[in-house]
Amino acid sequence: MINTVSAIPIDATGDISWKLPYRGTVGMLCLIIAESAIFIIFVVAYIFYLGKNLSGPTPAEVLELPIFGTVCLLSSSFTVHMAVVALRKNNRSRTTLWLGVTVLLGTIFLLTTAQEWYHLIHDKGLTITTNLFGTTYYSLVGLHASHVIVGLVLLTITFLFSLGGRVHEEHEKRLDALSLYWHFVDAVWVVVFTVVYVVGR
Amino acid sequence: MLVLSVTLAIFLIVAGLLLYALIRYRSRPEDSDHEPPQIYGSNQIELSWTVIPILIVVMLFLTTTRVILGTETSSKPEDALDVTVIGHQFWWEYRYPGLGVVTANELHIPVSDPSKPTPTYLKMSSADVTHSFWVPRLAGKTDVIPNRINVMWIDPQQSGLYLGQCAQYCGAQHAKMLLRVYAQTPDEFAAWVKQQKQPAVQSFPGNAAATEGQAVFMHSACINCHTVAGTVADGRFGPDLTHLASRDTLASGPIPNTAENLRKWIDDPNTMKPGSLMPAMHLNDHELDVITAYLTQLH
Amino acid sequence: MSTTTPVLEAIDETTARGHGHPPFSVIYEWITTVDHKKIGLMYIFYALIFLIIAGIEALLIRIQLAVPNNHFLSPQVFNQLFTMHGTTMVFFMGMPILFGFGNYLVPLMIGARDMAFPRLNAFSFWISAFGGLLLYYSYIGASGLYAAGSAPDVGWFAYAPLTAKVFSPGHSTDYWTLAIFLSGVGSIGTALNIATTTLCMRCKGMTLNRMPLLVWIYLVMSGLVFVAVSPLTAAQIMLTLDRYLGAHFFDTQAGGSAVLWMHFFWIFGHPEVYVLVLPAFAFMNEIIPVFSRKAIFGYPAMVAASVGIGFISLSVWAHHMFTVGMGPAANTFFVFSTMVISVPTGIKIFNWLATIWGGKIIFASPMLFSIAFLFQFLIAGLTGIMLSAAPFNWQLSASYFVVAHFHYVLVGAIVFALFAAFYYWYPKVTGRMMSEHLARWHFWLFLIGFHLTFDFMHVPGLLGMPRRIYTYEAGRGWEVWNLIVGLGAIFQAAGLLVFVYNLAVSYRHGKKAGHDPWDAWTLEWSIPSPPPAYNFAIEPTVNSRRPLWDLKHPEDPDTGYE
Repeated sequence: MINTVSAIPIDATGDISWKLPYRGTVGMLCLIIAESAIFIIFVVAYIFYLGKNLSGPTPAEVLELPIFGTVCLLSSSFTVHMAVVALRKNNRSRTTLWLGVTVLLGTIFLLTTAQEWYHLIHDKGLTITTNLFGTTYYSLVGLHASHVIVGLVLLTITFLFSLGGRVHEEHEKRLDALSLYWHFVDAVWVVVFTVVYVVGR
Repeated sequence: MLVLSVTLAIFLIVAGLLLYALIRYRSRPEDSDHEPPQIYGSNQIELSWTVIPILIVVMLFLTTTRVILGTETSSKPEDALDVTVIGHQFWWEYRYPGLGVVTANELHIPVSDPSKPTPTYLKMSSADVTHSFWVPRLAGKTDVIPNRINVMWIDPQQSGLYLGQCAQYCGAQHAKMLLRVYAQTPDEFAAWVKQQKQPAVQSFPGNAAATEGQAVFMHSACINCHTVAGTVADGRFGPDLTHLASRDTLASGPIPNTAENLRKWIDDPNTMKPGSLMPAMHLNDHELDVITAYLTQLH
Repeated sequence: MSTTTPVLEAIDETTARGHGHPPFSVIYEWITTVDHKKIGLMYIFYALIFLIIAGIEALLIRIQLAVPNNHFLSPQVFNQLFTMHGTTMVFFMGMPILFGFGNYLVPLMIGARDMAFPRLNAFSFWISAFGGLLLYYSYIGASGLYAAGSAPDVGWFAYAPLTAKVFSPGHSTDYWTLAIFLSGVGSIGTALNIATTTLCMRCKGMTLNRMPLLVWIYLVMSGLVFVAVSPLTAAQIMLTLDRYLGAHFFDTQAGGSAVLWMHFFWIFGHPEVYVLVLPAFAFMNEIIPVFSRKAIFGYPAMVAASVGIGFISLSVWAHHMFTVGMGPAANTFFVFSTMVISVPTGIKIFNWLATIWGGKIIFASPMLFSIAFLFQFLIAGLTGIMLSAAPFNWQLSASYFVVAHFHYVLVGAIVFALFAAFYYWYPKVTGRMMSEHLARWHFWLFLIGFHLTFDFMHVPGLLGMPRRIYTYEAGRGWEVWNLIVGLGAIFQAAGLLVFVYNLAVSYRHGKKAGHDPWDAWTLEWSIPSPPPAYNFAIEPTVNSRRPLWDLKHPEDPDTGYE
């Protein structure tokens, strides 16, 4: 007969309440901390090299405020939040809708970035090799864009699952963790926007 | 010295206590089953060994700061000598802007008299990768970095030869990028400067080999990398050879400057300093002989 | 030292060893496992292989430097060897072995059944492993043509612009960059796992205040990994953009800055060495109390000191750059921050001393290595304080004094702590004790070798010998010291061989260990050795920092002391 009784004392008051945070959220926060550190280094490099170009176009000469794209991206933070709220209320069709809008807005943002880059490369002659501004600009904005792409892939998959009726109320915490990532991407954009398009010009 | 004595004292005290504890409190067969009294902490003790180290740190910090400021913010005396140092893979270029002298690999400076200091101010940068100028008996090292100018001063008060070498890994031959600093009396230094300011020797009466060597040299690729003042050779990639024969060593220190070594070097630098950026010149034996004869005349 | 702790009986006798007999099913089981214990062991085994390889690289270096103007190795090979030695030891020995121990121990010590993200755990291991293989592939990849490839030779810190395409043509630098990039991804993944597991999966009653100090320290270390490894990842992305897309991050010809790479590298590099040393402290925090038969002295101070060290370590990086010419203001700041970090570090040493004081010291193999750790870490810290004084640093940086200092920390403190950890936890992992007799041979051989090498290595540094030189001239006064240093290397190699032999032979012939051979107090000693796959049959509940002490000493439990 195998003894399965634990000999480690159980608290005398019975089942103590023991609530630890949800792993997904904590894990996502850890990832966000690490990614923030990467972005900070690229931002530092950008700021360090401001005004140090030996030649070539400067930010003031070629950059225009990407207002439309920014509005789309920041709104998508609101829409993904609405998706989480909808799921919490188990309103699956709403969840699907809000997720779809988020993906749409994020995609529009990417397209505006692509359009901007096309303009910079073909009309203004600014590439990553042109000068220090080109190097730091494309790498920083590009790093952000790559994170947007990853986020959109994840959101699209979730959207498709939701469309297929497979996202339920019990997945609310997971969607919340994903939305954290998306909020992080937006927050990085706020920083990039400020440093590159406002201060740096 | 203060840092040394403080750290030594800390070591003796802590290690001593540790040794004592290990001996005094070792487990003995007679006290087998009892666990010793469990002591979980003590606020006073812990506070004291937090505060005392903080005080020691503050003291060390203040003394260190004083030395840093003394070294880095001291004003430059009027009689200081200015030398521009340019680090290359794997040799040192020295330019004396006030004196119109350009040389390589052996730095001559005047000795400094404490009552009337004549230190040497080195303005340093690199033509390629990061190097570091370190002559231990003269000063701490300062890195020599491309696209950046670093300044340091040296103030030898005894004449003689001071040895050092590049102290920041810079590639294959980092190990043989040696430094030779000749601190000379004012007279010796003046004589050296006078000689270095001359353009290169161009006529070699009675020395047919050297004359021919000069012609061969001036028609070879040598002139693309090296400068010989007053001739058509004005390359800047390699060391200035105008007064090559006045130097004690070749290739920035590792090779004694003899005709035989010079010939071997020109034939194929990679046999003596593998990884050096000077290519083998593929000269035939006769060309090697005459060029060597020429270069050994460049006093 | 076995005890009669009333411990958990297993629900079934399945141990961590599977029942695979044909080789394929065993290999398949290990390749596809997501069990933290197996992954931990794979990390450790992998690191031991690289320890031996990098150790051989070091031996070759020492042979070349044993006499002046030696021709045993060409400069190109030498430069590759020291680059590979450093890179391997830090990224493919140090990090994996410490993550391996963390992986194995953290869930056990907090009463959990696995890590928070088991699949991420496996992924992190395999990507790090691949990084190591990639780095070593460079020795044979594209070799033959001049500058077409071969092992990296830019030093483990790969200063720009030496790493630019123009100064390092071919692919050797790219092997360095990519291998470490992958290892960094793995490190961040494992750190994420450790942090999340610690915060979200502790058993009932285990508040943060009751966690074993090892778990606390791994939490701090994980946080450091997030903010320290990422800058290196960023810098490597920048370097690759420079080398392949014509970017100018570190291109001094285009106005880029060589110093910027240094800042980014050392913003990684200094916290990295704390990432390496903190787990060594963690092992000491568990082992020293058990072999002094006393609770750790000053648990809250130890937590505060560890967290403090973590934070302060982020502010000291430019003490690696005192010779760069940052100016007196910057130099002074970094002198200060570096000296300040000695305060929490000193507190830890004093607390360990106080733990031993008044205890009953048992000189078993884990304790022998711990005692050596204490003396050696003390010395390493003190030479660190010497180096933190910028004027001293101007002479001694990039010299063999620094090499001696950091090996004193890496080998004298971290490797010794690792040995202690091996001897201490081997019984838990395998169910058998390691041979104490062989352990003593290992200890004395390695101790003598360590001191011969690294004590005397300080001298050439003081006499002006720089690092990373493949040979030196006779007559500088460095010859005899280099010879002694080389001799010590041979002793260390011998000690290491004895250790590896002990590991292997004890697996079959070691004395059976039972649950709790050392009479210890943390949760991992309450389950069978080796642990069953599920760790704990029933999730434990704890009421103090030393749950097993409470069980064994019901008349004097720890529950009052918090």
